[in-house]
This record gives sequence, C-alpha cells and structure tokens, in this order.
Amino acid sequence: MTRIKSDEPTGWFMIFPALAFVGTLILYPAVNSFTLSLHRIYMGLPALGEPFVGIDNYLHLLQDPVARQAFGVTFGFVILSTILEIILGLGIALVIHEHFKGRGWVRAAVLVPWAIPTVVASQMWRFIFNDQYGLANLVLFGDQVSLYVPWLAYPGYAFLAIVFADVWKTASFAGLLILAGLQVIPEDCYDAARIDGANAWQRFWHVTLPLLKPALLTALLFRTIDAFRVFDLVFVMTQGGPGDATQVIQFYGYKTLFTEGQVGYGTSISMAVFATIFILSLFYIRTVGSSLLKRETI
Amino acid sequence: MRYTSKQAWLLGGILLSVMGSLFPFFWFVITSIKSQVRVEAIPPTWFPDWNFSFYQTVFTDHHFLRYIGNSLMVAGSTTVVALILGVPAAYALVRVRMAGKVWILGGLLTVSMFPQIVIVGPVWQMLSTMGGLNTHWGLVLPYVGLTLPLAIWILATFFKELPTELEEAARVDGCTTVQTMLKVMAPLAAPGIFTAAILTFIYAWNEFFLALLLLTDPVKQTLPVGIALFQGEFTMPWGEIAAASVLATLPLVVIVLVFQKGIVSGLSAGAVKS
Repeated sequence: MTRIKSDEPTGWFMIFPALAFVGTLILYPAVNSFTLSLHRIYMGLPALGEPFVGIDNYLHLLQDPVARQAFGVTFGFVILSTILEIILGLGIALVIHEHFKGRGWVRAAVLVPWAIPTVVASQMWRFIFNDQYGLANLVLFGDQVSLYVPWLAYPGYAFLAIVFADVWKTASFAGLLILAGLQVIPEDCYDAARIDGANAWQRFWHVTLPLLKPALLTALLFRTIDAFRVFDLVFVMTQGGPGDATQVIQFYGYKTLFTEGQVGYGTSISMAVFATIFILSLFYIRTVGSSLLKRETI
Repeated sequence: MRYTSKQAWLLGGILLSVMGSLFPFFWFVITSIKSQVRVEAIPPTWFPDWNFSFYQTVFTDHHFLRYIGNSLMVAGSTTVVALILGVPAAYALVRVRMAGKVWILGGLLTVSMFPQIVIVGPVWQMLSTMGGLNTHWGLVLPYVGLTLPLAIWILATFFKELPTELEEAARVDGCTTVQTMLKVMAPLAAPGIFTAAILTFIYAWNEFFLALLLLTDPVKQTLPVGIALFQGEFTMPWGEIAAASVLATLPLVVIVLVFQKGIVSGLSAGAVKS
C-alpha cells in the first residue's frame, strides 16, 4: 500500500486530541488507581489521613478469604461461560456463513441478544428464573406448581443462571468474530479436500477448524476479558448471593470501594483484576501471534 | 442425498439460532402486554390478555421519558465527541507517515481491555473536584475515553481499504491533509463512520457500571440504571420492568435490523486484522 507523503506535524496534530483524551480519562486514572492501592484510605474518615502502606493492601488481599472465594467464582464463571460461548458461537457462525434466503434476517435476529442492554437481559433472566412466575419453571414443570424451584436462591443454580444469561447475551458476538475467520478461508482448501475424498465432517475437522484457530483464539481473548469484567448480571440478578455464591471479583471490588468506602483496599482488588486480564491477554496474543505466523508458511 | 441432509442440518441450525436468540426476550414482550393479574398467575400463562396498562404506568409512575431523554443525551453526545476526535486520529494513523504508529494502535487496543473498575475511583475523584458528578457531561467524558479506542480501530480499518488515487489527486490539486480528509475521504468512508457511530452509541446506551456510580441523582440517571433499580412499593413490578425493557430495547432492535451489514462487518473488522 502506498501512503501519501504528508507532513508529520499535521498527523500528530490530528491524533493528539484523541490520545490526550484517552490518556487523561483512562490511562491516568488507571495509574492513579495503582497509587491509591498503596495507601490506606477510608472514604468519609478524613481524620485517619491517607498513610502510605506499601504493599499491605496486596498482602491483605492474598489472605482475604472473601476475595479468594470471589476470584474462584470469577474463574469458574469465565471458564464455563467462554467455553460455552465459543462452542455456540462456532455453531452460529457456521449457520450464518451459509448462503440461504433471508440470511440477513437471521443475522439480525442473532444480533438482538448482543444489542440488548445487559441490564435488560439481566432483568429478563431474573424473571425467567423467578420462583413463581418464571418461564423456566413453566417449561420444566408446567402446572405442577409444587415442583417449582426458586433457582436464584440455590448457590449452584444461581451460578449456572448467571452463566446461562451471559452465554445467551454474548454467544452471538463470539459468533461474529468466528464468522470473520470463516470468511477468509479460501474455497480452494475445501475443493482440494473434496478431491481427496474428504466428507463434510472431515472437511470441518481437518480444514475449517485448523484454519479457524486464529479467529477462535481472538474470540476467546475478547470473551475472556469481557467475562472477567462481569458486573451488571450479578448486580441485577443476585447481588452476589445467595451467600457469596455469585460474588464475582468486580462486584466484590465495587462493594469494597463504594459500599464500604475502603478506597485503598478496593483499588488493590481492581488492580488485581487488571493484572489478571493483562497477563491473560499477553498469553493469548503470543499464542495468536505464533499461530498467525504458522498460517503464513502454509 | 447428501445435499438434503446438509439442508436439514442448516434448517435446524437456523431455527435453533433464531429461536434461542429471540424467545427469551419474546417472553418479556408477552409479559409486558399482560394485566397485573395475569403476570402474577401461578402457574404462569403462555398467552397475554393484550393489556397495555404497563406501558402507560412506566411513563406516568416511573418517569420513563426522563430516563430516555437522559440516555439519548448521554449516548448522543458520546457518539458525536468520539467521532470528532476519532475520525482525524484514525485518518492520520492510516495515511500519514510517521513513527510509532503501531505502538499507538497497540496501546489503544490495550486500553480497551481495561476493566472499568480500575478507572472508576480516580475518575470519581476527578469529577468530584470539577463538579462533574451527577452531570451528563461528567459521564460522557469517561464514555468517550472508553469508546475511542474501538471507534479508532473500526475507522482505521475502513480508511485503510479506501483507494489512495483520489487522495493523491486531491493533493496534486493542492488540498492540505485536513482538507483531503474532510472533502474527499470522509464522504467515501461514510459507511465506516456510520458503523463506528452505531457501535459507540450502543455502548453508551447500554453502559451501566459507571452510570450507576457517577450519577446518584435519579433526575439525571440513564435508562439502564433506571431499569436496574426499578422498585415497586411492595412487590417487584415485573409487568412494568418488562414494558420498560421492551421500550428500551426497541430502538436497538430497529438499529440491528436496518444496519445489520454494517454492524457485522464493523465488529469483525477490528478482530481479523489485529
């Protein structure tokens, strides 16, 4: 691609406002959060001052059983929901990649869960899992009201309900990212496999899946990062309950920061979330990068 | 023979995808047009009695118009500001030769991965000293920061695919970089700009976490906050929640139906090329 020779100063002048904005409102606060996490700060208790405590908050975090539980719940949620989303997303992508009449309508229908506000989706699933008026009980037990289950009152079911809601909301997004991967697989590869006598299943397993690996990893990366930040679903559907069964780390961080006013400790939790996401994305990017290189040598 | 079995699979897949995507929400639609008695029937009934009173009460008792107005204000301003900042930045990143571009794009991608909780504390403090808490502009500022990286990525992918010949012609005719962008490229890139606008708008329309923490005054709150904090006097007002949810979702469904193509290519654009 040829690029037009242009004055670099003008270029910087055009980029600068956007960068300044992102820097001031995202980058600087993130760095500031790290500084806050090294202090002991209680909101509403200015008399205690804001003493520098080094890594005390982080040491406390390592020993906090509630935080450990929250990390466990979050990891469980992330692993289960992303795996299901990638599998369902792959199914959706394969369907909407085919040519058929009305494909535009199907694509639009599949996009609806992605477009719905998460808060609305959360209220919707909360109602579906309602103990008396819910669709889940109606579908499973019909008129046998005595069998109705208060799904969100049981730790295990409440956890699964949140996974369910997240998968419904975001499988189509994973599907779109995978669709983008399907669209760049050259038709020649399938033709060659057909000439070699591969049936549909073999073509999927030996041609589509290997060539789709970068797209699958990209979808996995985006979904993992997003699932790690889950908040809305938990806030609306369970408030972290029953007990701490659905208390994900972002919700615990929110409670510590804003309900309890422990600014120092709360920000150390948020930095831990950030660090985890960062490490995960580095790991993925390395894997995606290497698989991309491999693909180019084919 | 094989052809028909493939067709059967495809049909099954289509039905499952469409039903799975729409049916849960359809239940909310049914609920919203039931009467209070039918909403609270045990066991629940499959059929509505076409009672639209919940749609009336969300407006009269729950200030629905105010939430819609606030959300339109916030999402609209976010979209406009993000595009005003994002279009020149994306254009320069694609077309102007300069050092460190890859780092800027990579940095923006990294920033878009930040969890909101990392920035919310300091942003809250910053706004509180500036008097920006409980104001719409105070929410728009972080929204623009959060949506700019994605918007720039989408715009950059679109700009990159436009032919350079027209720009070269414009330059030969004596246009400056800014003039070339505004008069030649921006009209050509309109579909891309539109996609970026839609995605930014949907993000701001749906965002909940920051809106919950930065706007505590009910008069200023946006639609997601309103729907999440929906309270009845004695019981959960499910009929009203359903009606409000349907109304809040309707514009998005229309957007998706009309701009499906742009959204599909926009969402996948950033992903494949990264």
